[in-house]
Amino acid sequence: MSEQKANRFGFAINRSRAINYDTSDRKVREYVTLREPSFRLCFACGGCTAACTTGQHASFNLRRMNTYIRRGEIDNLREEVTRCMLCGKCLLVCPRGVNTRNVVAVTAEALRKLDRNEL
Amino acid sequence: MSSEIFIWPFNLGLYFILIYSVVRSTIWFRSLSRADKLRLQRGFFGMPFMQSIREIFMESLLHRRIFKKNPVLGYMHMSLAFGWFLLIVFGTIEADFFGEKHLNPPSHAIFFRWFNPEHGASGLASVFTQWMDFLLAFILSGLLLAIIKRFIPGMMGMKKTTKHTWTDRIALTSLWLIFPSRLLAESFTCGVHGSGGFLTGNLGAALASFLPAADMAPWFWWLYSLSLGTFFFLLPVTRYFHIPVELLLIFMRNSGITTADRWSAYSEVQTHACSSCGICISVCQMSRAAGINDMQSAYFIKGLRNERDIAAITANCLMCGRCDEVCPVGIELGPLRLIERRQGERPATRLKFIDRYGLTRRREQIEREPTQSYSYLVPEEEQQADVLFFAGCMTHLTPSVIVAMKKIMDSAGVRYRFMDEQGGVCCGRPLMLAGRDREARELINHNSDIIWKSGAKTLVTSCPICYKVFRESYYLEAQVMHHSEFINLLIEEGSLRLGYLHRRVVYHDPCDLGRGSGIYDEPRAVISYVAELQPVPEERSMSLCCGGSLGNLTLSSEKRALIAADAAGTLTRSAPDELITACPLCKKTFAQATETRVSDIAELVAVALPKPVRRTRSRSLANTVKVVADGL
Repeated sequence: MSEQKANRFGFAINRSRAINYDTSDRKVREYVTLREPSFRLCFACGGCTAACTTGQHASFNLRRMNTYIRRGEIDNLREEVTRCMLCGKCLLVCPRGVNTRNVVAVTAEALRKLDRNEL
Repeated sequence: MSSEIFIWPFNLGLYFILIYSVVRSTIWFRSLSRADKLRLQRGFFGMPFMQSIREIFMESLLHRRIFKKNPVLGYMHMSLAFGWFLLIVFGTIEADFFGEKHLNPPSHAIFFRWFNPEHGASGLASVFTQWMDFLLAFILSGLLLAIIKRFIPGMMGMKKTTKHTWTDRIALTSLWLIFPSRLLAESFTCGVHGSGGFLTGNLGAALASFLPAADMAPWFWWLYSLSLGTFFFLLPVTRYFHIPVELLLIFMRNSGITTADRWSAYSEVQTHACSSCGICISVCQMSRAAGINDMQSAYFIKGLRNERDIAAITANCLMCGRCDEVCPVGIELGPLRLIERRQGERPATRLKFIDRYGLTRRREQIEREPTQSYSYLVPEEEQQADVLFFAGCMTHLTPSVIVAMKKIMDSAGVRYRFMDEQGGVCCGRPLMLAGRDREARELINHNSDIIWKSGAKTLVTSCPICYKVFRESYYLEAQVMHHSEFINLLIEEGSLRLGYLHRRVVYHDPCDLGRGSGIYDEPRAVISYVAELQPVPEERSMSLCCGGSLGNLTLSSEKRALIAADAAGTLTRSAPDELITACPLCKKTFAQATETRVSDIAELVAVALPKPVRRTRSRSLANTVKVVADGL
């Protein structure tokens, strides 16, 4: 409703979002980087997202997911990670050789461990 | 006579291992499913029994499969297994025949020479003595090879040999000691009494000439008995347990029991039947091309057997299936690894000793909690079609294959519907390979729904990964065909007219199409129809993996590139004009690894299609004139 109102002029003011790197949750990022070191190679070109099978059916964006991991935005990540089909197309298009499938798998694992307080 | 104390280590060991084997087999039998129990019972009283006996003779004793791989390696295994078997059989006959009474205890046959030192002076007895000496020499020759193999594996066609645990090492030492100590014990006794065959007699006489043979003999008889006893006692906790378990495995397999997709007693029998021979290590491309030597099937099975944390080993495998092909015991290594992947992480605490070695050990089946959910998928509308074409995710990354397939099907007049033209849903196999079967089921249901609703009779796919899962895990009425099969069918029924390309090509069998689904001949028939197909060093069931496999979740892109370069190098050794494959993933992987042009089989066929007749200008001018004239 309010969004509609705000959109009356064809643009909206974004909700204020401050990412505080000092207080953000680094556990998932550290776990993913440790288990899949190639994660660090990503330069966010978005090739994976363009090739993505899931992206044609739902809002899934591996590049955005990487940002969430780096920023420690756990709640957003939780929704994102469940949608991937692990088909591996992103693996083939990645120009940096990031093991993208494993990034998704390890992230899912990290979140599960986070819930169990094992991280 | 039985008052000799030195026979007791052997006796205790023998009775222990006999009782243990019976108890263990009973426990395994009891934990089989009802259907498998019935299979085993029926198999025991029917043809499978005879097959098993034959297989035990050919494989467990003669080691025919290892012989085929490498004659020296085969001889080594045969001399130890078959030689020892003959030594026991003839030793028993000898003791029964020449001993004081019939039906002796086993120790009497094993230590026959000690109890009958003067035996073998003349007649049949001396022939027998020579024969027993020959058998001992036969085993010792194999033992010599085994010792050489441990230090120079390359001599027997083995690139690597298995690393062993300390219990394995003790058992191995005691096994190696058995036969030399028997030789020396018999020789000393023969030296004292002037008896024995060509080996023990001569060696005995030589030793007795400068050593106090009568004093030395008991020591070596003790060593002989102790090494036998140690070996038997260690058997259940070492790789040598494979000797009795392999017999059980052969009976189970011939009765029709398979690994299926859950951990069962049969899986456990398989893990114990592995002899850690290391043949899987030497064929593994991870080892020979990428220098990774810790995740091969021998180590995977050993980790399972010893309840180690093997999550990293389990995940780090291309699932290409080459080790399945060469395993001399016939263990279903791929399915076992998938079961382990499905199981997910093990509980944090390791099993207690009593649970690990106790007889009640049984692994819990832990189901992973689902990590993915595809509730966002919207069921598609019903669209009828006779032939459905499913390109698959990977094929969408190689659009030239899709273009080629469209051309071919149009040229043959096939009326098809392109199921995932706007981008479909993954077939589910990548998830299954990652051990997420439950999640994969959601995708399978989604795709099945579309295929069922279409009423299609034939489902053609361009991707072997999809092909395998469509055939094995979907319940479809449509006949599933890989495009190489479909093109072959079109050629055979004469609806596709093709020219001949004067090109020398080689064909690479994709893992999931060749070993995975047994499709070897159709692609070759298609290629031979349009070009000159050359043989490659490792093909058909021993075909190389391209390295791009989705079976491995953790392998880095650098290592993948090494495997791809090695495989492409082997395939293009004859400098062909083109490297043909039948999988979009292999095509993409090889394209980066070789200078040779890499094409899909569909692209090759599309090039051989007759060129469409182009209208010449004069004709179109004539048409225009005709149209104008008609109008007038």
